[in-house]
Amino acid sequence: MVSRSANDRVLTGVAGGLGERVGVDPFVVRLAFVVFSLAGGVGVLAYVAATLTFRAPDPDRLATSPRTSTTQALAVGLVVLGVMIMLREAGLWFGDAVVWPTAVAVLGSAVMWTRGNDSERARWSRLWSRLPPDVGDTLSGSGGRVRAVAGGGLVVAGVITFVSSNRPAAGVGGAPLAVAASMLGLGVIGGPWIMRLARQVAEERRERIRQEERAEMAAHLHDSVLQTLALIQRADDVRDVMVLARSQERELRSWLYGRRRARDGKLLSAAIDDLAEDVERTHRVRVDVVLVGDCALSDRVRALTDSLREAMVNAAKHAGVPALSVYIEVEPDAVTAFVRDHGVGFARERVSADRRGIADSIEGRMARNGGAGVVVSEPGRGTEVRLRVAREDA
Amino acid sequence: MIRVFVVEDHALFASGIRNELGDGFAVVGDAATVADAVARIPGARPDVVLLDVHLPDGSGADVIEALGSDGPRFLALSVSDAQEDVIAVVAAGARGYVTKSISPSGLADSIRRVHAGDAVFSPRLAGFVLDAFAGRTPPRIDPELDQLTSRERDVLRLIARGYTYKEVARELHISVKTVEAHVSAVLRKLQLRNRYELSRWASDRRLV
Repeated sequence: MVSRSANDRVLTGVAGGLGERVGVDPFVVRLAFVVFSLAGGVGVLAYVAATLTFRAPDPDRLATSPRTSTTQALAVGLVVLGVMIMLREAGLWFGDAVVWPTAVAVLGSAVMWTRGNDSERARWSRLWSRLPPDVGDTLSGSGGRVRAVAGGGLVVAGVITFVSSNRPAAGVGGAPLAVAASMLGLGVIGGPWIMRLARQVAEERRERIRQEERAEMAAHLHDSVLQTLALIQRADDVRDVMVLARSQERELRSWLYGRRRARDGKLLSAAIDDLAEDVERTHRVRVDVVLVGDCALSDRVRALTDSLREAMVNAAKHAGVPALSVYIEVEPDAVTAFVRDHGVGFARERVSADRRGIADSIEGRMARNGGAGVVVSEPGRGTEVRLRVAREDA
Repeated sequence: MIRVFVVEDHALFASGIRNELGDGFAVVGDAATVADAVARIPGARPDVVLLDVHLPDGSGADVIEALGSDGPRFLALSVSDAQEDVIAVVAAGARGYVTKSISPSGLADSIRRVHAGDAVFSPRLAGFVLDAFAGRTPPRIDPELDQLTSRERDVLRLIARGYTYKEVARELHISVKTVEAHVSAVLRKLQLRNRYELSRWASDRRLV
């Protein structure tokens, strides 16, 4: 199955795809379609049919437009010639005076613009390296200047024959016809070059986009990872190193795995990321966060994260351990959160009454928001704070 | 003596493991790529393979799949990654997953546990599994594979909350052995689900 070409295209990429598949310069294929169109419009019909039946182009594949050897070009030319004679016999024909001169002009264009294969190119490229790249590339193909002159001559001859043999038939007078034919001739000579130039520009643009993406990635790595690595080399305290490494790990992971999503605090996951990073940085502990599910950050959920912060800070300050676990689960109707440490623990009745953190910031706040906050602790067995609020959006 | 094989592409980390694992462990070989691991593990005859989730030429799951079910026991190890990658390695047959920030004693303990045939769930893996079973996936044909029992869910939640197996047992008034049984059951479901999905994938494409 042949597919149309995604980027080597003039109309729909049929010729590009066919050329890629057969291994012939798409330009030759295009010319064949042009010539067949003169034969009673057969080329146009064939092109439409091909557009409908070929597979849609695969945008990921970059076209490698093949280079054609002289033999291949000759073969395609002979096939075209044979089919034309056949069509002429069948009566699908616009008349000798139109078709043959045009065919000659098109042949001239083919001689000028068909790219030669690599070995031919290499031989000539040194001689033509001073020309502008595209013209040099084309003319160095095979026979260089000879090709240009021969092709140009054929085009001119085709145009002249066309004008002279059609003057009587046209009836309206030769001048407009001659002008139109000359314009067409110029188009046949210069058109392919302009097209190739346009394609080159498009390719350069693609390359630029790729480079910009690379640059963005490099900039990010520089701003974050390299800076952190530099800081780590200067830090002498193991804890400092750990905190730096942890916050960098967190940041890089969120960047890599798409948590880069708008950090405007609209989602619980983003708020938790920020919270954990903040506590790690300020209190120099490791916070292992496990989050199941995600939801929007409503007022109640915000209250939960506020209490969560209080619980985390308490654990960081009083538990006396280097790490704490935070688990948050978003259930269909509620959000629950747990802060667990394996630290010293405490007995509630021995906390003096003027320490209001637990009562106000955890139990009180959760109750005010239609939820519940519980602190479970036992000396020597660590502490767990359990928080829960109902979801308003559920 | 537990024979340990390390599959890890960061040489620094691999040598760190060698040094940290103290008495009772022998590192019998290492590999940095999937190809090397598949070639060397059968000859080294390890009891437990420490397996990085990401390798230069593939994933840890590829190693497990290449060695088949008669191979050694695997413990996945990585700087925690995307949920799908971790789940894939565990579903392929690893007996557990720990992050590289685990303490040396924690790692030694995990290896012993895997060697004994138990499953090792870090809090992060418990969270990943709960997420994977959270019903966001479209319903499949076999409900037994699609759901965790409420007890299994309770156990996973406690592990995700940072409880040790012993603490989970105490909290739920069950024995540590029962906790391990629940965790192993979850692991089995994941692996069955994986096999089931693979065979469905194959039959969808008329490969079998």
